[in-house]
Amino acid sequence: MSTPNVQKHALPVRIAHWLMALSILVMIGSGWRIYNASPIFDFLTFPVWATLGGDVEASLALHGDPGVATAIAWHLAAMWLLLLSFLLFIFWGVLSGHFWRDFLPVSPRSFWHDFVAAARFRLDHRLGEYNAVQKAFYWGVLTAILVMVVSGLAIWKPVQTYPLEVLFGGFQGARVIHFLAMAGIVGFLLVHLALVALVPSTLIAMIVGRFGHDPAPDRPVVSQDSGETR
Amino acid sequence: MTTERRGLLQRGFSLGALTMLTGCDVSDNDAVQSFLARFSEWNDRVQAALFSGQRLAPTFSETQAVKNFRYNAWYGPDKAPNLDPADYRLLLSGKIADKKPWTVDELHALPQQTQITRHICVEGWSMIGKWTGTPLRTFLDRVGADTTARYVGFECADGYYEGIDMQTALHPQTLMAFKLADEILPRQHGFPFKLRIPTKLGFKNPKFITTMYVTNKQPRGYWTDRGYNWFSGS
Repeated sequence: MSTPNVQKHALPVRIAHWLMALSILVMIGSGWRIYNASPIFDFLTFPVWATLGGDVEASLALHGDPGVATAIAWHLAAMWLLLLSFLLFIFWGVLSGHFWRDFLPVSPRSFWHDFVAAARFRLDHRLGEYNAVQKAFYWGVLTAILVMVVSGLAIWKPVQTYPLEVLFGGFQGARVIHFLAMAGIVGFLLVHLALVALVPSTLIAMIVGRFGHDPAPDRPVVSQDSGETR
Repeated sequence: MTTERRGLLQRGFSLGALTMLTGCDVSDNDAVQSFLARFSEWNDRVQAALFSGQRLAPTFSETQAVKNFRYNAWYGPDKAPNLDPADYRLLLSGKIADKKPWTVDELHALPQQTQITRHICVEGWSMIGKWTGTPLRTFLDRVGADTTARYVGFECADGYYEGIDMQTALHPQTLMAFKLADEILPRQHGFPFKLRIPTKLGFKNPKFITTMYVTNKQPRGYWTDRGYNWFSGS
């Protein structure tokens, strides 16, 4: 995976990535509809068009419910997909060495150096290699998803997991932390998508498994680490 | 405009198009609804497996209990049923040996206990209240209910209906609540009694109960019929 100028993604990474992407989008959209039913902050409700849960007016007319029931059903279905794909990503990352090889090392010093360089648009994008800011971002979003899952469990099962909510400062605290982790993930997604738009070849690599010019032209084109040889 | 900037703009628009995709909501599609309903039944089974008949919901101190408990229903408090204690009878049905109807005085004469527990609404808000009443388990024993049956169902004076699993019905904190904050249950909170279940979401706590029945067939629920999860344990 450290071939210069070549971006490669193993099949389990790609499967986990796209399933996490789908489940997170469903959970954000449905979560915003659920949030609107009882907003944490007086100044913030989400525009209905950005939420998931069906037609509000039709649902109100039919059920007296603004689609919150459907939003919760989405949320509690997608949570299983998120949990499974997140575990797949973590186990693969640890067992294959992907995390140690590509997400480490990262130090506050290297982060600051690359952050300043990026802010001045002086940081080159090297395919197949992550800079310190990217590495820190990936650790950050993985942590945010973990916090999301644990605080979500505390909200879903506040009695059966009771001491858990104390970790978040009570039930309301767990809701606030769940919200903040969501905000962190949304922030990550905006940067992530903006960078994909700037370097579209990374999107191709995440779909087909590799992108870039192989230094040895006589080698077969099919990637060998993805298990896709046929 | 430079080609570089034009390229950036175009990519910006395609990003915008991507976010617009979320506006294409398939939620109201029948196939999607039945998929979600099946997942909800799977979540019922997971929750029943997670539920412990012994584990108690957290209890709180007297000072944390709210005096003016929030009113919540799909109709205003002035529309709440006004049940006359002289006429009221709790009817019993299903797998219960002694189906004699109960008057308010007879209910109030049952042994009572007090709990200060937290009511969590499916919408996300929560509130701590002080409830006094008879454990449902005590009442079910008293009337000779078949507690090997799977469910207990409830019909209410406002047209509401609910049902719970027997494990939750027998949980030590599941109360027939006759009092809220040391006062006889106010009309809008469900006089003469509401079911207080701190191990369930608020909507699984029916008010103005007029009929109780024991059954092996899973009872429907007012909000469950409107798409909410049936078990809704907490």
